[in-house]
Amino acid sequence: MDLHTLTLAQASRLLGEKKISSLELTRSFLDRIDTHDDAINSFLSVDKADALALAKAADQQIAAGKHTVFTGIPVAMKDLLCTRGMRTTCGSKMLDNFIPRYDATVVEKFKQAHGVIIGKTNMDEFAMGSSTENSAYFPTKNPWNTDYVPGGSSGGSAAAVAARFCCAALGSDTGGSIRQPASHCGVVGLKPTYGRVSRFGLVSYASSLDQIGPITRTVEDAAMVLNLIAGHDPKDSTSAPKDVPDFTDGLAAFDRDGLSGMTVGIPKEYLGMEGIDPDVLAVFENARRLVEDLGAATVEVSLPHTQYVVAAYYIIAPCEASSNLARFDGVKYGFRAEQPRDLMDMYKHTRSEGFGQEVQRRIIIGTYALSAGYYDAYYGKASQVRAMIMADFSKAFETCDILLAPVAPTPAFRIGEKTDDPLTMYLTDIFTLSANMAGVPGISVPGGFSAKGLPIGIQMMAGRFDELSLVRAGYGMEKSLGLDQLFPTL
Amino acid sequence: MKISRQEVENIAHLARLEIDDQHKEALCEQLSSILDYMDKLAHVDVTGVKPASGAAFMQNVLREDKVFPSPGPKVTLANAPEKDEDYYLVPRVIT
Repeated sequence: MDLHTLTLAQASRLLGEKKISSLELTRSFLDRIDTHDDAINSFLSVDKADALALAKAADQQIAAGKHTVFTGIPVAMKDLLCTRGMRTTCGSKMLDNFIPRYDATVVEKFKQAHGVIIGKTNMDEFAMGSSTENSAYFPTKNPWNTDYVPGGSSGGSAAAVAARFCCAALGSDTGGSIRQPASHCGVVGLKPTYGRVSRFGLVSYASSLDQIGPITRTVEDAAMVLNLIAGHDPKDSTSAPKDVPDFTDGLAAFDRDGLSGMTVGIPKEYLGMEGIDPDVLAVFENARRLVEDLGAATVEVSLPHTQYVVAAYYIIAPCEASSNLARFDGVKYGFRAEQPRDLMDMYKHTRSEGFGQEVQRRIIIGTYALSAGYYDAYYGKASQVRAMIMADFSKAFETCDILLAPVAPTPAFRIGEKTDDPLTMYLTDIFTLSANMAGVPGISVPGGFSAKGLPIGIQMMAGRFDELSLVRAGYGMEKSLGLDQLFPTL
Repeated sequence: MKISRQEVENIAHLARLEIDDQHKEALCEQLSSILDYMDKLAHVDVTGVKPASGAAFMQNVLREDKVFPSPGPKVTLANAPEKDEDYYLVPRVIT
């Protein structure tokens, strides 16, 4: 049996039945990474000895009957999740030598379940980017075609799952950074409701927008990972004190009722938009027909402030980033420039040598937008527009359960194609930014392929804390399309 | 709106960044085009709209004021670029 072909759910079952061991499973992924990751570059670090030790410990837990569904499951972590004793770079030279002394809450949850952390995945520096080309180390390639980007910023996690280097991965999503790379790599990516998952130990980019979530091969796997990582955490005051349902109940709901009784909203502003690739539109139209075939009713809804989403987001996120990234001062951790003239010189050279171009650009935009005389026109105005975007979503969810939308206007683009013009890159985030602005959950599931053979995802968004509806509809789509076990040949 | 070189220098100072001359020009161009795009927000009528700072679960967060052990200086300073015993070391501040 080729162990790397197993989904998380399948591997978990076989581990529990002692038909396979975590050591075998972990070895098969490590071998695969050895053979193929030079061509993909999805990992920034892989600690083989550590992973094998964790696998052995997991096998002992299973032998003792003390296992959970995650015991012995190899997972990859985006390299902005703090892992105790394991380098966490955030894709930046600034944190090149940073060894966290604590685990992020989500990492701790995997460790407590005796999961196997197989490595840390590549990303756009400080999660700023949509292609993983902004990594200070190297760009990650799309496993379906290595001339193309995997998307970003969680491009390493999405590529690692698509290349079957791990059972599942965690990513983070500030403006689409889980859903868009999942779409480009043909895997499932789920951004939970803001507050559903603790952000403790996540290196902050824009704290009112950041959320951690799973990137997996199937919707069932995503629901399982969400079961593990969701829940209130006293260490993150923005994590919600809400009950966590069993998200795999969404699968049972579909098996029982299909999508009948569900209303799917089609945002009219999304489809009239210029610049949407015909292949993306075709995949979307197919998905719309499919949800109807599965028993859902579709209605047209309006999100009237859609045309302002990119502008408002690219003010708010850089403002928060300029404040969050002030902590990188060369004093407490991370990089420090050599031989400074004085303290000010040390700050400036540390930050300019340690941060890449896109990060500096966003810090400058944020600093400008927050500076005296400009605050009201930029940050103030953008926050008011954000309130209107939130109201648009609340109103839409009065008439529907989920919204159906494309993930990105085009399939993955070529490496280097958009790096010269930051604004063009920002505009590709149009369909994913709103969920972060409104704090609602969103999922991307594989929806089809472009003429060139690149994957195209379908996005669904639901009301706050209604991930169950996303699991149900996403699973329905996955089951009907049968794309869940299609993977690139490496 | 055209962002001048002088403005880029001022903002860079506020952000504690040292931008070299070669990047300054490019940054002026890029910032101008990005801010031009942002100007579309000027057309939105926001009269009476309360700004939203986020989508957090709106509820005051209170907890008991309990003492937890601190990680201590060894752990806290483990990643410091330069240190001297229990202190961070920085370039001379008072000259």
